Amino acid sequence: MTAVQQHSDTRDVGSTASGGGAVETHPVRRRRRRRLTGATFTPWLFLLPAALIFLVFKFIPMAEGIRLSLFEVRPFLGDIFVGFKNYATILQDEKFLTASWHTLVLAGGQTLGAMLIGFLLALLLEGHSKSLWFVRSAVFLPVVAATAVIGEIWRLFFYPAPEGFLNDLISWVGLGPWEYISNPDTSLVSVMFVGIWKNAPYDMVLILAGLAGIDRQQYEAAAIDGASTRQRIWNVTLPALRPVITILLTLAAIRGLRVFTEVYVLTGGGPAGSTDVWMTRVYTTAFEQSEAGLASAGSVLLFLVTLVLTVSVQVYRRRKEAR
Amino acid sequence: MSVNSSRFDSAIGWSTRPDAWLSKGVRALLSVFAVILFCGPLLVIFSGAFDNNPDPTQLSVIPDKPSLINFQVATENKIWHYLANSLVIAGGALLLQLSVSVFAAYALARKKFRGQAIALLVILATMMLPEEVIAIPLSLVIGDLPLVHVSLKGTLLGVILPLGAWGFSIFVMTEFMREIPAELEEAAKVDGAGELRLFAQIILPLCRPALGVIAVFGFNMIWEQYLLPLIVAADPSDYTLTVALLALRSDDQVGTGIVLAGALLALVPSLVVYLSLQKSFLRGITTGAIKG
Repeated sequence: MTAVQQHSDTRDVGSTASGGGAVETHPVRRRRRRRLTGATFTPWLFLLPAALIFLVFKFIPMAEGIRLSLFEVRPFLGDIFVGFKNYATILQDEKFLTASWHTLVLAGGQTLGAMLIGFLLALLLEGHSKSLWFVRSAVFLPVVAATAVIGEIWRLFFYPAPEGFLNDLISWVGLGPWEYISNPDTSLVSVMFVGIWKNAPYDMVLILAGLAGIDRQQYEAAAIDGASTRQRIWNVTLPALRPVITILLTLAAIRGLRVFTEVYVLTGGGPAGSTDVWMTRVYTTAFEQSEAGLASAGSVLLFLVTLVLTVSVQVYRRRKEAR
Repeated sequence: MSVNSSRFDSAIGWSTRPDAWLSKGVRALLSVFAVILFCGPLLVIFSGAFDNNPDPTQLSVIPDKPSLINFQVATENKIWHYLANSLVIAGGALLLQLSVSVFAAYALARKKFRGQAIALLVILATMMLPEEVIAIPLSLVIGDLPLVHVSLKGTLLGVILPLGAWGFSIFVMTEFMREIPAELEEAAKVDGAGELRLFAQIILPLCRPALGVIAVFGFNMIWEQYLLPLIVAADPSDYTLTVALLALRSDDQVGTGIVLAGALLALVPSLVVYLSLQKSFLRGITTGAIKG
């Protein structure tokens, strides 16, 4: 924890509590001592509701999940301990391997695509005028809409017949008709497109915040040096945004590994498993095939991968900041 | 070449001079395109919901034959019941989440105690455990709560309670509370204010801006929940509106218009919350989002 402005009284009590109870001589010593016992309990009292909910709905399930992943779960018959067999089964399962490949492609593509579109939007909509503010607010709406709602409308747009909404639109420029999520060859790209559409405005807001922090004099200097717009963006803007962009890319990609709702609503993993991702596979294994042990192993693996990635990103960042 | 300072208000160098019609025109055109691209689909939901036409090939931005028939049929399909489920969950979970976050943040920001660093670490760890990762055991825990052995399966409480504490809210609130000057607290203590009065009358009123941020983020997070209500539900009547959309669509008797009416009802609360608390939302993104 960083240095925090603290109430001097509570700081004294705190250090006394951790220091072993040597109460210093002080005019109001009696009052202080009474508060000592109170003050050590009060913080925990305030933390209790959060602790209770986290314990019951986060940590106990996590522990239970790890336990289940080591068992063959048989309802009413009793579970059998199988060690790491579930993990081995999953890592050799054709469907899980395909799903993990889809997950990586989807997470990577969505993250990069959303960042690129978000960057272009930010370049377009940077500025202080009222009309720009209005456009930014409007463009941001897909971010606040629930994924399930967005999935429904895009499913309708993706209607594969030539008269479908999107096919009708693209026929004006001589394209299509395409089958989008109904064709195994284009389904994953279509799902990715919807994800980019939903997430790009979010990245736009963050990049706009980054753009606002760039020193205007650098732009002027570049102009005096005769740099073109493209050179200015490439050599001044992008390097200044790099920290924001790197952090966002890695965190979004890690979060992307858990993708579920988009895929479940849009395609349910189909057609023919062409959009099956890790979480839809885990869901199917658990709730449709009732293989709770196998599915738990899948969840634990996902957790481990995200944990390792998150921690290494944090360590890398710390090290870079320290340098 | 004379350097016009206003040219450098944006990275790309959009001109703000009144006579720069080309720059302005290009920008206006692209902006309109962006609005159509990102708002158009949501507009189609509006128009489709009020359109007496169940065919997915007949979508448009303006209703073809305006009518309320979709909502009438949707009423027969218990759409208001699903909406009520969603609203009760959103209201209950948000209220719980706000109180839990404020209490926890008060301890973390305004107190110093043994184990504080561990408490922070534990809360950070919960953010590594989203519903997706613990879905399967969570559904078991909800079916049989530890110690008390009560089943929350098929109840709204089963969705509300797991959402009652959120690490993100606690952290945002903690950061904010740290900024409150200690002098205020000292003055209140000299006046003889107790712990609860200090919390309720001094600290809490000062936190209103941060409460706006965690309220709008909390609502968004709760309304976005899909997997949790799905695994808590014992039968379809327990679904939230967003989960019910899929069930409605899979029903052959239900046309596109009815699904869109449901989608519209699920969309409106998010829009209302966003538009009324927009400032809080954007502030929250730029200050808190890096934490992931």
